[in-house]
Amino acid sequence: MTNLLTGNRVRLTAINAEKDAEIMARWFHDSEYSQLFDLVAARVFSTKQVKEFAEKEMEPEKPNTFHFAIRALADDRLVGTTDLSIISWTNGDGWVGVGIGERALWGKGYGTDALRALLRFAFTELNLHRVSLEVFEYNPRAIRAYEKCGFQIEGRARHALNHNGRRWDELFMGVLREEWVNSNW
Amino acid sequence: MHTQLFEGELIRLGALDAERDAEIESKWTHDPEFARALSSEPVRPLSPNQIKKKYDEMIKNERQYHFAIRARDDDRMIGFIRISGIEWTNGIAWLSFGIGDAADRGKGFAREALRLALAYAFGELNLYRLSAIAPEYNERARHILERAGFALEVRRRQAIARDGKRWDALAYGMLRDEWVNGETR
Repeated sequence: MTNLLTGNRVRLTAINAEKDAEIMARWFHDSEYSQLFDLVAARVFSTKQVKEFAEKEMEPEKPNTFHFAIRALADDRLVGTTDLSIISWTNGDGWVGVGIGERALWGKGYGTDALRALLRFAFTELNLHRVSLEVFEYNPRAIRAYEKCGFQIEGRARHALNHNGRRWDELFMGVLREEWVNSNW
Repeated sequence: MHTQLFEGELIRLGALDAERDAEIESKWTHDPEFARALSSEPVRPLSPNQIKKKYDEMIKNERQYHFAIRARDDDRMIGFIRISGIEWTNGIAWLSFGIGDAADRGKGFAREALRLALAYAFGELNLYRLSAIAPEYNERARHILERAGFALEVRRRQAIARDGKRWDALAYGMLRDEWVNGETR
């Protein structure tokens, strides 16, 4: 059996707040990263703020969120983060997000590889029925990556985003357990 | 200019009165049909005291506006309507509503409350768009939303499990441009 959390190029590990916070805080100073990651207004965070947030999120008494650091297999370097939040245990529905913080590594398949590992975790370890995500129309690179992992567009909230002076849609995507089993198993 | 934002012909929108209303809302949470129509979460009866605590939290939340829907004739609370999750930079929010007692449904109360809430959201809060979710099986809510001018935008496949069957979670949207002030359509 292969390691659940290891992909071809990255592995998912715990966030080590002590060491990782400084790098993650630097990512948030790249406003484009923030805007691709979240629809709230971009803002900067100090290393201390990120450290406190990461420590809180990694606490075992938060059983409904799973935060991971994405590390390159080649040199164990922190390249991004990914998380899965359970929206509903009774319906088996989880919500995921992936961000590659190192700009030089965008478009090289790290996010896709990390998400494939996260889906394996979602379907074989958490036994979810479906996995959901939201993505912004102005982020076609992410949409392509999600489609590669088996996600389908399930609809779009028209003009939900006000970004760089115009309105954009917010897209909702999902992959069902049976679709994942038939494609990647 | 409309100066009476909270007065309808059949109902009015009012503040919560925890002393009177908690008991009524507690009864609603004991009705599986109501709870299931509203949400994909497991049905969970709440005591008046638990409801009061929920009210306290709601009042503190600056990202939402909650209204009791009150019958004009005797002022009793017959339902609620809420604008929540407001995201000011994008001008977006969620709308939810419910009529608690089955005997009060189908009388146009929700329709009128929705008309007032839309006027409040678009004309007073100056939001750009509203989203609303409905389980696929809640045909009454879907009809009310569609009649008010909401468009079906998202179909999260098989996101809800009830009684051994799977249902889609639907999301609707309305833009300010699509809102016709004062018209019930």
